[in-house]
Amino acid sequence: MNSIYEVYQALSMIERALVFLVLAPIAGGLLAGLDRKLSARLQGRYGPPVRQPFFDVLKLFQKERIVVNKFQNFNIVLFFIFTVLSGALFFAGSDLLMVIFGLALAGTFFILAGFSVGSPYSHLGAEREVIQMVAYEPMVILVAVGMYQVTGSFKVAELVQHQTPLILYLPGIFAGFLYILTIKFRKSPFDLSMSHHAHQEIVRGITTEFSGPALALIEITHWYENVVLLGMVYLFFGFNPWIALVVSLATYVFEIFIDMNYARFKWQLTFASTWIFTAVAAISNIVVLSFLK
Amino acid sequence: MNALIFLIIFPLFIAGLALIVPLGNALRKIIGVVATVVLSMVPIYLLFTYIDSGPVYFHVESHVVNTLMFVVEILIAAFIVYISLKAKRYLPVALVVIQSIIMIAFEIKSGGSMEIEHSLFVDKFSIIMALIVGIIGSAICLYAIGYIPEYHQHYKEIKERRKYFAFLIYLFLAAMFGIVFSNNLMWLFFFWEITTICSALLIGYRNDKQSVESMFRALNMNLLGGLVFAIGIVYLYTSSGVMELDKLIRLDQSYALLPAVCMAFAGLVKSAQFPFSSWLTGAMVAPTPVSALLHSSTMVKAGVYIILRMAPALENTVAAKMLMLIGGVSFIITAFIAISQSNAKKVLAYSTISNLGLIVACAGINTSAAVWSALLLIIFHAVAKSLLFLCVGIVEYKLDSRDIEDMDYLIMRMPKLAAVMMIGMAGMFLGPFGMIISKFVTLKAFVDSNPGMAIILAYGSAATLFFWVKWMGKIMSIRHGETEVVEHRVSRWEWFTLDILAVSTVLVCLAFPLISSGIINPYLAERFENISVPDPYNILMTFFIMLGLLVILPLGLFFFGFVNKNYRRVGTYLGGANIDNVTFEGAMASTQTIQMKNYYLEKYFGEDRLFNVGVLISLTLLCVMFGVAFI
Repeated sequence: MNSIYEVYQALSMIERALVFLVLAPIAGGLLAGLDRKLSARLQGRYGPPVRQPFFDVLKLFQKERIVVNKFQNFNIVLFFIFTVLSGALFFAGSDLLMVIFGLALAGTFFILAGFSVGSPYSHLGAEREVIQMVAYEPMVILVAVGMYQVTGSFKVAELVQHQTPLILYLPGIFAGFLYILTIKFRKSPFDLSMSHHAHQEIVRGITTEFSGPALALIEITHWYENVVLLGMVYLFFGFNPWIALVVSLATYVFEIFIDMNYARFKWQLTFASTWIFTAVAAISNIVVLSFLK
Repeated sequence: MNALIFLIIFPLFIAGLALIVPLGNALRKIIGVVATVVLSMVPIYLLFTYIDSGPVYFHVESHVVNTLMFVVEILIAAFIVYISLKAKRYLPVALVVIQSIIMIAFEIKSGGSMEIEHSLFVDKFSIIMALIVGIIGSAICLYAIGYIPEYHQHYKEIKERRKYFAFLIYLFLAAMFGIVFSNNLMWLFFFWEITTICSALLIGYRNDKQSVESMFRALNMNLLGGLVFAIGIVYLYTSSGVMELDKLIRLDQSYALLPAVCMAFAGLVKSAQFPFSSWLTGAMVAPTPVSALLHSSTMVKAGVYIILRMAPALENTVAAKMLMLIGGVSFIITAFIAISQSNAKKVLAYSTISNLGLIVACAGINTSAAVWSALLLIIFHAVAKSLLFLCVGIVEYKLDSRDIEDMDYLIMRMPKLAAVMMIGMAGMFLGPFGMIISKFVTLKAFVDSNPGMAIILAYGSAATLFFWVKWMGKIMSIRHGETEVVEHRVSRWEWFTLDILAVSTVLVCLAFPLISSGIINPYLAERFENISVPDPYNILMTFFIMLGLLVILPLGLFFFGFVNKNYRRVGTYLGGANIDNVTFEGAMASTQTIQMKNYYLEKYFGEDRLFNVGVLISLTLLCVMFGVAFI
């Protein structure tokens, strides 16, 4: 059962990062395929094959490169680089806060990409993406804070091998994290800045002016990011790898289920509800923890 | 010791020259350049001289100096009374009179018998402050050489008082050096009052209704701070016979607590924490170099300086907890308010208060990690914020607006300026640039001491991200076609200063592992018994990401700008047939125009609502702080 950790410990930090670089897009793509298949079944359609996202991305790479300004894709490249770097740091076992700040930096580049094209749809998408980011960012930081309170460390390598189940100490934090995962996975009701599904919008928000290879890069980045986020879910259950893996996957399926059941919220409701929910869930959890010590 | 006295006297000398040398004389500019070079070099010399030694104290034969200072103090008091009566404001008169009575009575009673062992001192913290004042402060003075003539071209109705302006800013710098090197609390108080009067006069430079209003607001609040400061040192001397900073810190807490709280209070006023924030936001009526000085290298930094100095005397008391909470409240509420502002200078002002709040909170916690991040925050904030203010000052003239909503396509209209501005913004909030590593360590310090503060930091950082990102997005959007470039006619003085500050922003971020290990850690080692140096691994990691970014950014811009030809450029999608960038033909052959505005979330983060909340909470905390000190 603990063979996963034996393998993990046998690898050096660079090797772990490399494993992530290679495996994460495959896992992320398969998850995206699962998403589409499951969504289709829930809607009574047959759905595309699970490996369809890979075909889509490959096809996007062959499309013509159409831009509205010369520099717009640079931000996307930076978005990709910093997401992958943060993910690599996460799986290499380094500091969780570092990973979180790295992801925030990457997200900032994505938003700036949306602003830089000067298109009204993209602008609106970027504006909403900022609001989403402000909505989820406190909770992501509080996840790290909560885990530090329990384990006394921010190092992912130590968090993952912590023998006591973190989830027992951090139920509130976990609930808050589940809530903001819906935003991070870009699922309804919180898919304001851009949606995976055509039923939500006529013109796609923040990525309106991005096409071809740039759009493919955005998609791949999203896969990487999803894997990192599920990795954070894993940390809550790290005491038992099998439970952790199952719960991570179940979380993803759960978010798909939520996605299918809700229409999009307005940004006001998204923002206010997220802050209120995370504040109540996380703060109560953190305060109780500080009394336990 | 001579170097210290030189740093205090030399700006005074320059200030005197600024009054004498006639306007339009080439000599003025030469003097300005020489002053900048000297004021930047001497702190560097200090750095290399005292880097290996601990705090060094100097005895100064002080009776003559004391008498001189006393006379100047009375003169200043008389001057304040004069200008207040002229403007029919009586509160400053009352404050000054009370303060003068206290000080004169104190001087008569114990002035003659007071023996000061060490009047001046220098340690690594003083040197850091001196570097900030010397380099950034005097660079801003250079900028003013180019800026002020244009200011008067722009506002013809304002009476030109350039000599007076130059006199005040150099006097201000002299007083700042005085504050950071004084060990004698009477001296510290003297310089403290000089910064108060200088800043108030500079804020009132325009001499119209609004700036006079702001000037008296600043004066009232800071005089109140000064009065409490005076009460603090008089109490200190009468209760324990101590009049020196180093002895105050080592004093038993039952004697030291009240004076320390008084001085921390004065620091809170100076650093514009709640409930005293309104003087700093009102100060933006002043010419840009003044705002830049107040916000980056002088005034507010004097406030956090004294608070950080007092922190050991407050350690483990309820007063320190209150200090921490006031900082936390100021941090989060001003970050929220900044979201709702579209006036660029106001956003900068609130962001300043917010960052200072973080520093104050760190001082309240006073663990080695907290002080580490407080010092780095001071450094990073000074460089990046002065840069941003100076940029906004230029944009204001070229675009005739300081509203962020008017800064569309700034990167096309003023490419170099926008680039410099983005460096400043990145320095304030983005990834591997300085600010974030300090926040990172602050967060760890908070979690260890008080998880409640970690929650404040989490929500406050998200708010910070919001107002910076939307501003940055605004200035970097690009549109099709030609846009008039309005960047010419920015004087080379202004460019020179912007270049220095932009380079320093990047350099400080790159060199911070060195700053940390070279200056800050040794300082912490003097101050704390065992220092938990922030994880070197993370510091290195940040350094490498920063380095990587510095390589990737130019390469990427070069690649996308010149190498990459494999693309087809089209207009943006507007929902119809594009006519040009911002108009399109919509349904029924109508011509539609698009406009892009940012969200300001007034409903949630409106200034009038949140500001009062902040004032109320912090007033309560202040009362508790003084309450516990009296008991």
